[in-house]
Amino acid sequence: MTDPLIIKGIEFKSRLWVGTGKYKNFEETARAIEASGTDVVTFAVRRVNIIDRSQENLLDYIDPKKYKILPNTAGCYTVEDALRYARLARETGVSDMIKLEVIGDEKTLFPDVCGLLKATEILAKEGFIVLPYTNDDPITAKRLVDAGAAAVMPLGAPIGSGLGIRNPYNIKIILETVNIPVIVDAGVGTASDVAIAMELGCDAVLVNTAIAEAKDPIMMAEALKHSCIAGRLAYKAGRIPKKLYASASSPIEGMLI
Amino acid sequence: MKVKVNGVEIDVMADTIAKLLKELDINPSRVVVEVNLEIVKRAYFEQYKIKEGDSIEIVNFVGGG
Repeated sequence: MTDPLIIKGIEFKSRLWVGTGKYKNFEETARAIEASGTDVVTFAVRRVNIIDRSQENLLDYIDPKKYKILPNTAGCYTVEDALRYARLARETGVSDMIKLEVIGDEKTLFPDVCGLLKATEILAKEGFIVLPYTNDDPITAKRLVDAGAAAVMPLGAPIGSGLGIRNPYNIKIILETVNIPVIVDAGVGTASDVAIAMELGCDAVLVNTAIAEAKDPIMMAEALKHSCIAGRLAYKAGRIPKKLYASASSPIEGMLI
Repeated sequence: MKVKVNGVEIDVMADTIAKLLKELDINPSRVVVEVNLEIVKRAYFEQYKIKEGDSIEIVNFVGGG
């Protein structure tokens, strides 16, 4: 069954998006990505090590022809820094997309919403396909749409926390509020978290730590692949309403009375 | 001449971006270069002259979420 997600004309076959940080090595990164079945991976932009040139390049392991590259502005705490990183990322020539992060606080890594809105507006005007990492606030999501975001990426819980989808009701309201794709970014701990996000109707889920720091990252990547598909199918199939009392599954008719 | 590359002050022979990358053994196709906060397009690496005291950033993609 093909059920692609389309953002600004870009077709994503997989609704599970995968980050490439925190793995033991590049080989493990590549294997986990393969096992996840994803076709989009996130990268960060950092200085080349000019002292030790023996270090390998991640692009030797992840072919940009095979995967869509979604660069991020992770680590940026100001609008100026986020713009700088986004422009550097685009200059690589592999992607016009940017997972925009303007972080407000080191301990929580929660977004600085004021900065995020400003940076989204500027980058969207420059022709970027902006995917802002935001909190689970429907009003912010609405403002991001007005600022030109191509999708919104609300957090399920703090980055790397593994706490899951802490406020499914807000995510649901975001889904009802905006008319652009909603991709849960951050907070996933295990397979059921991905399924919950997808059952709510989210368009995709981005996961990094839950895979990279699992005891067996390759197996976890595969687990999340299945839970993402399961959650999406369940959403499309339409769940039954919750009821307080029982409703027998076997007929009364024909019983030996 | 002395330039600052990725925050480190170094002495280089090179006078263009292309030569600097060669001197540092860096594959130009994988990096983005910024000189004094301005991005230098890859097509200009050969002709872009660097000068004493320039602050040069050479970045690439790394793993990240």
